[in-house]
Amino acid sequence: MSALPDTAGLRAALLAGKFPDARGRFGPFGGRYVPETLIPALERLERGVREHLASGEFQAELTGQLTTWVGRPTALTHATRLSERWGARVYLKREDLAHTGAHKINNAIGQALLARRLGARRVVAETGAGQHGVASAAACARLGLPCTVYMGAIDMERQAPNVGRMRLLGAEVVPVTSGDRTLRAAIDEALRDWVSDPLGTYYLLGSVVGPHPYPYLVRELQAVIGREARAQLIAATGRLPDALIACVGGGSNSIGAFHAFVPDTAVEIIGVEAGGRGAGLGDNAATIAYGRPGVLHGTYSMLLQDADGQVQETHSVSAGLDYPGVGPEHALLAAVGRVRYETASDAQALAGVRALSECEGILPAIESAHALAAAERWALAHPGGTVLVCLSGRGDKDMPTLQRTLLAAEAP
Amino acid sequence: MSGHERIAAAIRAAGKGGSPALIAYLTAGFPRRADFGAQLAAVAAAADVVEIGVPFTDPMADGVTIQRASMAALAQGVTLRWILEELTRLGPIRTPLVLMSYLNPLLAFGVEALAAAAASAGVAGFIGPDLPLDESSELAAALAARGLALVQMVTPVTEPQRLAALCAGSQGFVYAVTMTGTTGRNVAVPDEVLAYLERVRERATLPVCAGFGIRSRAQVERLTGHVDGVVVGSALVEVLERGEDPTAWLRALRG
Repeated sequence: MSALPDTAGLRAALLAGKFPDARGRFGPFGGRYVPETLIPALERLERGVREHLASGEFQAELTGQLTTWVGRPTALTHATRLSERWGARVYLKREDLAHTGAHKINNAIGQALLARRLGARRVVAETGAGQHGVASAAACARLGLPCTVYMGAIDMERQAPNVGRMRLLGAEVVPVTSGDRTLRAAIDEALRDWVSDPLGTYYLLGSVVGPHPYPYLVRELQAVIGREARAQLIAATGRLPDALIACVGGGSNSIGAFHAFVPDTAVEIIGVEAGGRGAGLGDNAATIAYGRPGVLHGTYSMLLQDADGQVQETHSVSAGLDYPGVGPEHALLAAVGRVRYETASDAQALAGVRALSECEGILPAIESAHALAAAERWALAHPGGTVLVCLSGRGDKDMPTLQRTLLAAEAP
Repeated sequence: MSGHERIAAAIRAAGKGGSPALIAYLTAGFPRRADFGAQLAAVAAAADVVEIGVPFTDPMADGVTIQRASMAALAQGVTLRWILEELTRLGPIRTPLVLMSYLNPLLAFGVEALAAAAASAGVAGFIGPDLPLDESSELAAALAARGLALVQMVTPVTEPQRLAALCAGSQGFVYAVTMTGTTGRNVAVPDEVLAYLERVRERATLPVCAGFGIRSRAQVERLTGHVDGVVVGSALVEVLERGEDPTAWLRALRG
């Protein structure tokens, strides 16, 4: 858990696909920092992942659900008017077109299938923006599993439409009024629920965070994004992109988009964190930009914390990026320099929402619009280049926020 | 005597009379930071080991009482550094003291510096509710160099092979969690819990202490003869919160 001993060696191992290692580590990051009560459940999950994830039977079942229910493969769209405006060729991987409106469903249906195979009696999940909660509720409904979703009271207010969707999909939504009342407190509460019934309950974690094997499991289920996009872009243009850009909260859409491209070292990969309203502690959710290594929610990774190791509250206009930690694989990708992490502010993200809506007729999630803001910067600096953006979700859920911000500013 | 030997000796000495030793938990600085020293003395007067809770923003193994206590302590500026300074200022206490802390505040302090500061503040050991044995080597090594204990927890769902490893890897005592769940829920003590505690005792050479959900004299009586000690946490924190006398309450619990 000390400074990186051998960056070159770690980078070579990363490019060769060696992580996570047998101890659930991505170099120094990752691991399993949980109450002892959860160890048997995590070991059982790890065995289940090893037994089922790569098996032909499970993959056939998963592919069937992805094709006939999720709507995969999702489209690759050449954003022609945006390309003209920004002076580079912009391609969008359309996760907003996946069932329930974001990439979250790739992971939710995969883990729900795994939960059923492991004999779970019920599923619990946490949610921030509500997208993972909706995806979990939908996947559990599809497979006939009871589902309880923990959601911070603040998020329930700012993402009200998603609360109703989850309830219609048959999930019980439990408001979390402890801690910071957002995603982080919702994870704390979901973990407390799981600790109470570690063997009968399946915890369907929504991002590449948490204790091993979650960062690995969620990556494997989201890697379909990058695999599809890589093949689609080569089919469309005959080559790899010059740059690949995705937003990073916990980091699941980005890991999913990046994974297939990590060995393609000619492709510049950029992760975009929520810069919020500035660089001060509590003003953003840009963990890699402003954090230090630490342990939260079972994993050792970068963390927004004070000098005493207390976790800091965060701010972002997008609930889905409003998290003080980040997946341990991102911490390694940053440490060895394979991915560059930037920030986009609230205002830049909102400008990205407007640009895509106007130019392409696509209303993106505010989360995804952080990636668009960085794509604009990249395009202006690389005229004629080709940039692939992971458009992780659609913006319908953000209408209350957009009414208060973009639309309020325009009101006559 | 090293810290971990002091803990084990205090529990064994208390258990000589037949009833279990009493390990009492308080969240440092709750409900009032200014009362920490007086509260610690009052609890230490009636307990055999005192667990001092270091507040953390994300106490995922704790129920509502200790969550509330942690937030209130943090709001008053209670930090690990402050706790160690206060303990140094208060001077030696006969009852062994164990710090219970989530890992991140310990990492932020720096494990080597922590071991040195804790030893000089008279702390005898640590319990880490989110630090399983497999991840504990770095902290354990730093603490061991100063003779400080790192207590391991076992649970009703721990498998036999792991139970043996945890019992062998623990220091001071083995903390036997009585139930799956967070701290502070009131639980009856069914026969299978007694059988589980017997299994732990067969494995452990150290004293075995049961904790999570212990609130009443009846529970302590039921556990008598099956464990070397009982840990009482949330119920005592609630006594302190109500402004009642912790010494009298602990004595009544002991019977």
